[in-house]
Amino acid sequence: MTVQTPPRARRRRSGRFAPYVYLAPAMTLFALFLALPIGYALYLSFRTVKVSGLGLGKGARTEVWAGFDNYARSLTDPDFIDSVIRVALYGLVLVPVMLGLALLFALLLDSKRTRGRGFSRVSIFLPYAVPAVIASLLWGFLYLPRVSPFYYVFDKIGWDAPDILSSQWVLFAIANIGLWGGVGFNMIVIYTALKAIPSELYEAARLDGATEVQIAWRIKIPVVTPSLILTFLFSMIATLQVFAEPMTLRPLTNTISSTWSPLMKVYRDAFTRDDIYSAAATSVIIALATFALSFGFLRLVQRRAFSQENS
Amino acid sequence: MRLHTGIRAAAIIAATTLLAAGCTSGDDTTSSSPTGGSTEKAEKVDLTFWTWAPGMDDVVKAWNDANPDIQVTVNKQDGGDPAVTKLLTAIKAGSGAPDLMQTEYQKIPTLVAADALADISGAVDSSIAGHFADGTWQSVTLGGDAVYGIPQDSGPMEFYYREDIFTKYKLDVPTTWAEYADVATKLHEADPKAYLGTFSATDAGWFTGLTQQAGASWWGINGDAWSVDIDSAASQKVASYWGDLVEKGVIDNKPMYTPEWNAALNDGTQAGWVSAIWAPGVLAGNAADTQGKWKMAPMPQWNAGDNATGNWGGSATSVTSQSKNVEAATKFATWMNTSQDAVNILVAKGGLYPADLPGQAEALSAPPAFFPNQPDFYTTATDIAKSVQPFTYGPNVNVAFSAYNDQFGKAAESKKASAFLTALTAMQKATVDDLLNSGFTVDE
Repeated sequence: MTVQTPPRARRRRSGRFAPYVYLAPAMTLFALFLALPIGYALYLSFRTVKVSGLGLGKGARTEVWAGFDNYARSLTDPDFIDSVIRVALYGLVLVPVMLGLALLFALLLDSKRTRGRGFSRVSIFLPYAVPAVIASLLWGFLYLPRVSPFYYVFDKIGWDAPDILSSQWVLFAIANIGLWGGVGFNMIVIYTALKAIPSELYEAARLDGATEVQIAWRIKIPVVTPSLILTFLFSMIATLQVFAEPMTLRPLTNTISSTWSPLMKVYRDAFTRDDIYSAAATSVIIALATFALSFGFLRLVQRRAFSQENS
Repeated sequence: MRLHTGIRAAAIIAATTLLAAGCTSGDDTTSSSPTGGSTEKAEKVDLTFWTWAPGMDDVVKAWNDANPDIQVTVNKQDGGDPAVTKLLTAIKAGSGAPDLMQTEYQKIPTLVAADALADISGAVDSSIAGHFADGTWQSVTLGGDAVYGIPQDSGPMEFYYREDIFTKYKLDVPTTWAEYADVATKLHEADPKAYLGTFSATDAGWFTGLTQQAGASWWGINGDAWSVDIDSAASQKVASYWGDLVEKGVIDNKPMYTPEWNAALNDGTQAGWVSAIWAPGVLAGNAADTQGKWKMAPMPQWNAGDNATGNWGGSATSVTSQSKNVEAATKFATWMNTSQDAVNILVAKGGLYPADLPGQAEALSAPPAFFPNQPDFYTTATDIAKSVQPFTYGPNVNVAFSAYNDQFGKAAESKKASAFLTALTAMQKATVDDLLNSGFTVDE
């Protein structure tokens, strides 16, 4: 007994610290690059700068506590409210079309009769590998009537195509870029889920006389529902954070304001207006809204999503 | 009031120190600050200079060769906006700022408000103001006693047009804005695809220059208060004039600097451009095939016989508030921007249009390569440059400019003249609201 005790105590002591040692790198990185900046943003969101006199020269600017002023200003700013409504519309246009196409392509690729599967899969996925800024520049050229080959063709066949960057169409112009870049990624997620379905299920269905469409509708779609929920969640978050596409198209047209999307308002406040305090408050609001929407949605579909995952 | 007395006192002290320093030692004496009153022996001073203008290495080399005691190191920046962001960060951090910084005129008040620039009124020769047009000089003094930089280049605005197209449709070069509207209408009637210009809602500096020509000055200082006069009669005149042309459809409403605009410059559907002295460089880059087809004329005037223009672009050389060698830095900045040798290099190597009026004649003897058809290009330009109207920028130009983009974007898209006036009012409101919100005293 006396011989055994010291090693056990030592082991217990080292055992007590071991998890922390393993966790340390992750915790350090998390603290430095996530928790600390978030904490600082929270702090900034309650601060503001007050100017005395002309605001020129030394000591004319002091940072003071602002309470919830920055939040109140953000939430009552018509520009911000407009940007939220705009992005909600953008999401309504983009997400159903994008997921619908992704599901359709995934099912087509999974179907036994499809040819050139590898090539199709890569070419649908490829746009996802193009950075959003470059995609927006490419599409920007295609949208400008004078330099666009599309408009050249429309002109030749005598169709007076509307200017897609005009105010009634610009939302679709931006959604189209998101669609082009997003379908591939979502398709791969759904396609991977389809590949995981055991083939006995299909064989059984075929023996029962089910057609390909029936198999898709009765077996494949119900089985990939968790993936659909996951891709919907990702798409919703991406929608709330839309930034690169409108920001890149903005110099090309009069119809995209500097507060077109909520994140563009944050950018404008922080870097154009040099008001990081309002920008911090708006960021916190957007983050909270994203959390609320994501968790609300997950709760709503929880039973379905998790019952599938557990089985 | 207190601030004014403070500045004056500082200026007097600085001036006295300068005098004292000048008396005590014949050679270069560099004190740690204008008020330092140091009489220690000349030591080698190293200065850092943030700039993104082309040809700066050549000017600095010429200085360094001639001044072993004051050595300048150029630190290339990406451009105006990123450099300002970097400088403001360094100022907030308390260290890391350079001694000298290239500052665009419209950014100077913002930088002064952030206490990033040193007032060098004590270190400069008072006669230096005579080297510059009044409007240019006011950009670095903000209309007060302080001096926040030495002007380097300027962008007096002019009217550029395609001579071949004007000849083809028998159009006269407009000398007044009324004639400009007529010519725009005639051109558009002769060729429904062609425009004499475009109203660009993405170029706030362009519109600012146009209102400057009409006599507007968007900001002002009254004692301890700022005034904002964006929605003034002069600006309204400009806004409704362009709104009217856009509503009639004789002027385009698309932004400048888009691939589409470049194509239009190339194929002649944009047959005119209200621009500034640096336009030859832009045209050479964006519409290279049109070399020799463009001509430059003075801006159309609001009243026949007037002689006024605005400014679009240009920078000064400023000394930052973290510099420990304000005098040496000022000496270099003064030499670089007002000596004939340096001005010649600025023009030859940098392609800049120097703000220094006395140095222009020698430096600008040949026309830009893109305008071989206009040998008197710079003679005309030099006359025009003298007529730049005074204009004061405020501490939140960024806010006003971003409001311009949004409000005039909407107005241009609506193609209604009334919307242009609404946009101006909205700009005024956004700018005043921002000042009040930051705690500035605003004189209304």
